[in-house]
Amino acid sequence: MHLTQGQFSFLPDLTDAEIKKQIEYALAQDWAVAIEFTDDPHPRNTYWSMWGTPMFDLKDPAGILMEVKACRAAQGDKYVKVLAFDSHRGFESLRMSFLVNRPKNEPGFELLRSEGPGRKVQYALRSYATGKPAGSRYG
Amino acid sequence: MKKSADSKITDMKERYRSGVLKYRQMGYWEPDYEPKDTDVLAVFRITPQDGVDPEEAAAAVAGESSTATWTVVWTDRLTDSEYYRARAYRIDPVPGTPGQWFAYIAYDLDLFEEGSIANLTASIIGNVFGFKPLKALRLEDMRIPPHYLKTFQGPATGIVAERERMNVYGRPLLGATMKPKLGLSGRNYGRVVYEALRGGLDFTKDDENINSQPFMHWRDRFLYCMEAVNKAMAESGEVKGTYLNVTAATMEDMYERAEFAGELGSVVVMIDLVIGYTAIQSMAKWARRNDMILHLHRAGHSTYTRQKNHGVAFRVIAKWMRMAGVDHIHAGTVVGKLEGDPNVVRGIYDTCRETHVPKNLEHGIFFDQPWASIKKLMPVASGGIHAGQMHQLLCHLGEDVVLQFGGGTIGHPMGIQAGAIANRVALETMIKARNEGRDIWNEGPQILADAARWCRPLGAALDTWKDVTFDYTSTDSVDYVATPTVAAG
Repeated sequence: MHLTQGQFSFLPDLTDAEIKKQIEYALAQDWAVAIEFTDDPHPRNTYWSMWGTPMFDLKDPAGILMEVKACRAAQGDKYVKVLAFDSHRGFESLRMSFLVNRPKNEPGFELLRSEGPGRKVQYALRSYATGKPAGSRYG
Repeated sequence: MKKSADSKITDMKERYRSGVLKYRQMGYWEPDYEPKDTDVLAVFRITPQDGVDPEEAAAAVAGESSTATWTVVWTDRLTDSEYYRARAYRIDPVPGTPGQWFAYIAYDLDLFEEGSIANLTASIIGNVFGFKPLKALRLEDMRIPPHYLKTFQGPATGIVAERERMNVYGRPLLGATMKPKLGLSGRNYGRVVYEALRGGLDFTKDDENINSQPFMHWRDRFLYCMEAVNKAMAESGEVKGTYLNVTAATMEDMYERAEFAGELGSVVVMIDLVIGYTAIQSMAKWARRNDMILHLHRAGHSTYTRQKNHGVAFRVIAKWMRMAGVDHIHAGTVVGKLEGDPNVVRGIYDTCRETHVPKNLEHGIFFDQPWASIKKLMPVASGGIHAGQMHQLLCHLGEDVVLQFGGGTIGHPMGIQAGAIANRVALETMIKARNEGRDIWNEGPQILADAARWCRPLGAALDTWKDVTFDYTSTDSVDYVATPTVAAG
């Protein structure tokens, strides 16, 4: 399967030059860029591992792109995403989120059905990868 | 202001002599009045009957929407009637429209029950709309003071929390209304939901008149829809939802349906505007208690919002609904099949989404409206829109909006999934281009054509709907600028 979380997952993978342009956009809006990675891509896994804290004081797109590359080099068999945090009143939340790396093989999710009375089904998603311990799930 | 026989009567004995007085004489016209920060303000478009002067008509509206009746009553003297009386304090002729005026009226905060849209509207759009001395009457805008706003819950979820729950940032959300509106069995209906969500939409939607008819009862629909939602989630790794319409004959029925939607794990339920303000507020409180996004379909509104001379402007309905506490509201598309002048729609979107909406007559906004900490209401653009308009939609409507392509998904020549893919690719392509600094208003068609070279479903969508526009002159437009055309560019 092809995980389609993030705002550009239906497009061909972004090149580094394209990633840099999106980082430039985020900085121009006065948002702080952050990088996160995971090997547990469940849609409700909110807290991916942080590649350091959001880069509030780094305003140089090339510098941020270097961090993206460093994260990718260290966590290349995992999902990596770039986020933009907006601290302005009325938002104070994420304003951007897009994948910049994904594992070569994405096994996807099993849909678990637990049947109850009255045809009622309780559903759960289980990532095929998370059957293995963290760190050895992909690649 | 001229002092005439029609001025407010200040001698109490004369003022309360039994009989009939003009509303001005009773004290409902006060041109020197300085509205208080705590006043509820309203501006009405009035069309007085021939021979009724506008000051008297404005005073009558103030009177009939607050304390007055047609004749003098001595029981006024048991109260601090000066205090409770609404005041018409300003009238402006409507530009370019002889015989119509904008009448501004101030109401003291104490006239209204806290947290009740029903109470507010029973005064403001109550008896007064049938009042004989007026040919027509339209409520154009209101200023709700923060003191009163803070007695309302506001959106159960709000835009920020909705995005956090859906895990969707940086682009409009995508939806589709299931078609045909009526007649599908539960099983067939769920198929359409699954295909659309699997293709790449975030939401699907019941239509306004899908409740629990003989061809598909509500429970059956909910069960099949949730199978579809969860299957699409497993295959995409994304959070998905379907607006399960819980509109029903009684509150008990609606609560039962909403509870069941919650038990099945739905993230969103839906109601129609026709259930009424009190039912809407009840459902908004239920939605807040149950972590549920509450979608409102504005079924019925065009019966009173569309004609400019009589009724209630939709910007006022949007304001009341943000106070009442829904999370989604259909708010116009500009380019689609339903009524929507660009400036009017802009004013409505601002009313839904901004934390402070400044007065802007060119967008139909007559007052500064601070929103205190009331959450933001997500506007929904739905009705006759397609992937080829993506650049226009983004320019007109911005990013915090649900774009709903019903026919534009389900009617795709390669199938429903292909329709959803076309919409999602068109959207992501356009967001990416906008962020890269490209001029999407002018380059939009080329940007879409370039993406269509690697995305066949998008190419097919563009071919199928390339010439479809709904470029009619709007019925409801603003009065302070010329009405521009819609789909140019």
